[in-house]
Amino acid sequence: MSNQQKHWEKTRSLLFITLAIWFVFSIGIFLFGAEMNKVTGPFGYPWTYWFTCQGSLGAFVILIFWFANRQEKIDEEFGFSEREDE
Amino acid sequence: MKGNFIDNLPKVYGIYTGGFIGFIIIMAIAEQMGMTAKAIGIAFVAFTVFIYALIGWLSRTAQADAYYVAGRQVPTVFNGMATAADWMSGASFVAMAGGIYFKGYGYMALLVGWTGGYVLVASLLAPYLRKFGCYTVPDFIGTRYGGNLARFSAVVVLTVASFTYVTAQINATGTIASVALDIPFQYAVYVGLISILLCSMLGGMRGVTWTQVAQYIVLIIAYLLPVFWISNKMGAGFFPHFMLADEVARIGELEQQFGFVKNAAADLKSVPKGLAGITKAHSAVNATPWAFISLALAMMMGTASLPHVMMRYFTTPSVKAARKSVGWSLFFIFLLYSSAPMLATLSKLSLIDPNLPTGIIGKTFAEVEAIDWYQNWNQANLMFISDFNGNGTLELNEFFMGGKAVVLATPEIAGLPYVISGLVAAGGMAAAMSTADGLILAIANAISHDVYYKIIDPKAETAKRLLVARVLLVVIGFAGATIAAMEIQGILGSVIWAFDFAMSGLFFPLVLGVWWKRANRQGAIAGMLGGLAAGTWYLVWVRTGGSGFLGITQLTFGIFGSAVSLVLMVVVSLMTTEPDKATQKMVDDVRVPSGKTILGKSH
Repeated sequence: MSNQQKHWEKTRSLLFITLAIWFVFSIGIFLFGAEMNKVTGPFGYPWTYWFTCQGSLGAFVILIFWFANRQEKIDEEFGFSEREDE
Repeated sequence: MKGNFIDNLPKVYGIYTGGFIGFIIIMAIAEQMGMTAKAIGIAFVAFTVFIYALIGWLSRTAQADAYYVAGRQVPTVFNGMATAADWMSGASFVAMAGGIYFKGYGYMALLVGWTGGYVLVASLLAPYLRKFGCYTVPDFIGTRYGGNLARFSAVVVLTVASFTYVTAQINATGTIASVALDIPFQYAVYVGLISILLCSMLGGMRGVTWTQVAQYIVLIIAYLLPVFWISNKMGAGFFPHFMLADEVARIGELEQQFGFVKNAAADLKSVPKGLAGITKAHSAVNATPWAFISLALAMMMGTASLPHVMMRYFTTPSVKAARKSVGWSLFFIFLLYSSAPMLATLSKLSLIDPNLPTGIIGKTFAEVEAIDWYQNWNQANLMFISDFNGNGTLELNEFFMGGKAVVLATPEIAGLPYVISGLVAAGGMAAAMSTADGLILAIANAISHDVYYKIIDPKAETAKRLLVARVLLVVIGFAGATIAAMEIQGILGSVIWAFDFAMSGLFFPLVLGVWWKRANRQGAIAGMLGGLAAGTWYLVWVRTGGSGFLGITQLTFGIFGSAVSLVLMVVVSLMTTEPDKATQKMVDDVRVPSGKTILGKSH
């Protein structure tokens, strides 16, 4: 398998992990919205309410930065990082 | 000179922010000295629009890559701010807190949808489209799949989605201009339009980028300052985001106490159009999981298909910067979106809690009608009370408000000085203008670059191309303003439709263009046109009394459209020949961040 194929394979598995986490915070937890909202969560808000106002939104921000860093590492590993002068 | 400007960006915008805060303070002092509310409103809108126009003029250019992609040198964080302004429209700024105020949990699916979509943008599309080096989204489709028909189909989908969106934004600028400058809406729409064109005409994407950064700074100050101020004034907590749990619980208590009384249809007839009462619980889960999830999903996939957002990531210096820039965009969006539910909570509690001095529920009608702010907003057709049960005191179901009033009127209700209301008007104007600019530019660029230059006259010189681009900008702007002046639909409804149109036609052709090598021209064309047609058919069917299926409503018709698009694209691609070697090589190159872009620097 060529360098480029290996790079793409790793990139693809990073995509699947990212989308799995995305799925949990955007869809997964809201399947149990009614049950979860009965429990008190962070700062005293009901859990589901908190996720819709802050929790999921914040999780997406962190997820994107985490994804960007991981992808940069993968690019470096296979020598596909961009040079500054390009 | 140019490089100098980029290096000095933090300083330039630091001075700008300081200057704007100075302006707010001067206005506050002027208010104490007797400046009228109307003059303050005019000063805020006129001053900020003048600054944007100045930036637009300073950014004028005659080069194609500066006009189309801001010379690809916008630093990560600043592109994040520009994208946030591009993204947060009049709907986010003016209508979102109101939607949460009235509909509670079910509405907050939009908060999740309009943020979660950026994960898809970052991981599926933005870095690859940046590597491609295209000027517009149809530029990618046209080159990846080849052929004028594919390119043209993408322009069609882009135009339908963006035009639906832009009429709503011009409408919002018109609404704010008409309130702040006190002129009739039909004229205010054109005042708004001219302000919008001042930012984009001379500098294209470069002008829009630097005005959008300036607009973000205005809109975020205008949104956060009142939220923090009101929260502190009410004694709800100095950092509302972490401290409003008691207030949310208190609203739940009051809702139980008052109950949600259903009004008779005959009574509701007397309520002015567009106003609503509180009929849904604030924090309780009151929507079925599918209703919530389908709306969130439609907005997320729509986010990843809207060309005016995608093209912002064409302006970063590198692929790496494009990825990080998506993160920054969402961070800056998060600052406003996480504050909207807090504003809705504060606004609702200050109106309905009888224990608070601002509360009006339980007071007599004579008392409420004597309140200054009630008179003002009643006159502006944004508030209304009516004694349906004839007992003389105001009940929860007898109080009606327009969605915009939550953002526009809450500072006044909470007793903040008028300077804050002027600031909020400037913020709303900035939000609507920045989005309208991005959208008009996306449409004009697609038609000038993809239809005129690539299809009609490939030999056109740069000067002629940019002239065509600018003429189109004006034509599209006026067409949008003319439709906006007719006031066909509300702001929020048409924004949501735009997302559905975009995802119906563009989501899978874009994503599969990068992630599935086997996708070919025939498949993409079938996917784009079939998806758009299916989505449009579903919308018309439901609007004309169709029952719909699977719980897909007129707000989520994109789910049906994109499903049809996916099936058509896969089936047609597999039935026809696979893309040639050169195209497959091109896809391989897109997947690697280093190396030359697929399309040249100037094309």
